[in-house]
Amino acid sequence: MATLNLLEAINQTLDQMMEKDDKIVVYGEDVGFEGGVFRATAGLQKKYGEERVFDSPIAEAAIVGGAIGMAANGLKPVVEIQFSGFMFPAYNQIVTHLARYRNRSRGKYNLPVVVRMPYGGGVKALEHHSESLETLFAHIPGLKLVIPSTPYDAKGLLASAIDDPDPVIFMEPKRNYRAFKQEVPDELYKIPLGKAKIVQEGSDITVICWGALVREVEKAVSLVPSVSVEVIDLRTIAPLDVDTIIESVKKTGRVLIVHEAYKSFGPGAEIISIINEKAFLYLEAAPVRLAGFDVTVPLPKGEHHFLIEPKQIAHEIKKIMAFQP
Amino acid sequence: MLTKEYDPLKKQMFQILDELGKVINPKAVPKIDKETLLRMYRTMSLGRIADDKAIQFQRQGRMLTYAPNHGQEACQIGPMAASRPQDWLVLAFREFNAMLYKGVTLEQAYLYWYGNEAGSRFDDGVNVLPVNIPIGSQLSHAAGLAYAAKVQKKDEVSIVYIGDGGTSHGEFHEGLNFAAVLDAPMIVVIQNNQWAISTPRHKATKAETLAQKAIAYGIPGIQVDGNDVLAMYAVTKEAIERARKGDGPTLIEAVTYRIGPHTTSDNPKLYRSDEEVELWVKKDPIVRFRNYIMELGLLTEEQDAALQDEQKQYVLDTFKKVEDSGLVPLEDIFRYTYETMPKHLQEQLNDYKKYLKSEGL
Ligand SMILES: Cc1ncc(C[n+]2csc(CCOP(=O)(O)OP(=O)(O)O)c2C)c(N)n1
Ligand SMILES: [Mg+2]
Repeated sequence: MATLNLLEAINQTLDQMMEKDDKIVVYGEDVGFEGGVFRATAGLQKKYGEERVFDSPIAEAAIVGGAIGMAANGLKPVVEIQFSGFMFPAYNQIVTHLARYRNRSRGKYNLPVVVRMPYGGGVKALEHHSESLETLFAHIPGLKLVIPSTPYDAKGLLASAIDDPDPVIFMEPKRNYRAFKQEVPDELYKIPLGKAKIVQEGSDITVICWGALVREVEKAVSLVPSVSVEVIDLRTIAPLDVDTIIESVKKTGRVLIVHEAYKSFGPGAEIISIINEKAFLYLEAAPVRLAGFDVTVPLPKGEHHFLIEPKQIAHEIKKIMAFQP
Repeated sequence: MLTKEYDPLKKQMFQILDELGKVINPKAVPKIDKETLLRMYRTMSLGRIADDKAIQFQRQGRMLTYAPNHGQEACQIGPMAASRPQDWLVLAFREFNAMLYKGVTLEQAYLYWYGNEAGSRFDDGVNVLPVNIPIGSQLSHAAGLAYAAKVQKKDEVSIVYIGDGGTSHGEFHEGLNFAAVLDAPMIVVIQNNQWAISTPRHKATKAETLAQKAIAYGIPGIQVDGNDVLAMYAVTKEAIERARKGDGPTLIEAVTYRIGPHTTSDNPKLYRSDEEVELWVKKDPIVRFRNYIMELGLLTEEQDAALQDEQKQYVLDTFKKVEDSGLVPLEDIFRYTYETMPKHLQEQLNDYKKYLKSEGL
């Protein structure tokens, strides 16, 4: 077992999957020779050649559109969008084709494409390098949306995403790329898509999160030692693991959802609706969202106002716990 | 017409000065008054000093990610000097020198790369749009500015920048084609600095020159030595006249080189050789132009040394101001979302303030 950070886990998974399956092709901007601006694909071109691993022109629409054609003709493309903020030119292809081909062709063309992209704030970056855009994918029928928070999860989830028959948007929390290491088994393994992880069990309140916010929630939990917190890392945003959420909320009766994505119409809104539909009578307090303000993600000199910190999460937990009907 | 004389399909590159600053194309030397020549030189010199310092500040942890311009000064200063104050500059993100020439203050330019939106609020009367990070998307903005000028009979031309890698983007095509069919008074300057991060120019397009792309849009295109500020000036001047006459856009490919890293987060040693860089260091646009104006008797070694000392101090003083500017106030991240702040935003702001207060923050 090796100790890897999240980037290394992704690199290893791509390597092992490519070794096993020669239908897999990997490409994107600077992905080939250099191995990606974050080095997620480092060494792959050398090992598998330029035909399977290449630098694409700067053309996000063609990166995803090309993957659609490749997938329809037998390949399994795993493409990289350099930063999620640059996926918009590809969004047309993602929404109007990638997500719809199975339905449009009545099941003839399924598209086993994985679109990887780093996302999220907290790295003091330029404009368009810090957004959390999961809402824009989770809303679209036909897409799966996976977000790992740890190196171990990244490996198991990426392996599943690549072998999944449907298109998967794989958003990687860049704040966690090199933030910490973890023991990761050498051999390939899979973590099923659509299955949340209970990071820690608790009985007072359920805190739902994913990506880089999982660590912040864990830090927050240590700030409220008197509260028994159940922490759920969704791992897959679409389709949601409704069973795990509902079971937990029925047990705790209180829920806080934490995400960096903009608050209005964000994932938290959907999760709370489901809780209201399926566990309303179990609630001890109104479900709460702690989410990104509905403002353009600020540049670094103002970003601290926008980022959600452990103290803030702890504050919300205490407020919910203090609620008396 | 320069664009008729130099055929991009034959890889004919327009040049006036050689690598040492000697005039090799006397009949093409543009008429530029002394004052303008000196302003061009001073801005290039300031741009170079500020650029090199920005990297230093970044390495010291005092500045955020920065995209250096070292080596690309001429293809920015030439077109800007040829433009008139009312002409628009539409940025990609590697046009620090062009910004300075057009009236963006050094403090503003620095503030932006320091991570503060206030660095994108240029003074009134400065016709420069903010830095535009999403590759290629600025071309249609420039087309729109130009079309608006045409419709409103304003004598304005828009000059838009893009990189070699950017020409492979769909938005490059859409924006340029849009301007061409509308005969919009727009000029596209491609800074072909040979690299798009780690991706070499030949992987961006199979076309032999970037200038030849103009042919398919039905507009003139010309390849220019982008390290030759006089050539860049002359060709832009001609394009401006063409645009003003209602004849539409021109595509200028400036052949240059990015001497520094893509940004301060990039390590170019991973993908290119030191020898290649050395080759281009010898074609330094500033050295060339300095030799030229010294030959004209406009600048002496002593004056140049004094200028550089003065500019270094100015850069340090300006950066000090930027560092003293501190953080962006909380209200400012909300204030510019809409003209009038909607209730839900006001509530988010108030709730957050309440939280800060309750925690004594
Ligand atoms: C739409 C979009 N995709 C990707 C990026 C990331 N990116 C930033 S700069 C760059 C390379 C640009 O190369 P080029 O156009 O040659 O300009 P240069 O950096 O050389 O000035 C890339 C891929 C981006 N900014 N926008
Ligand atoms: Mg370039």
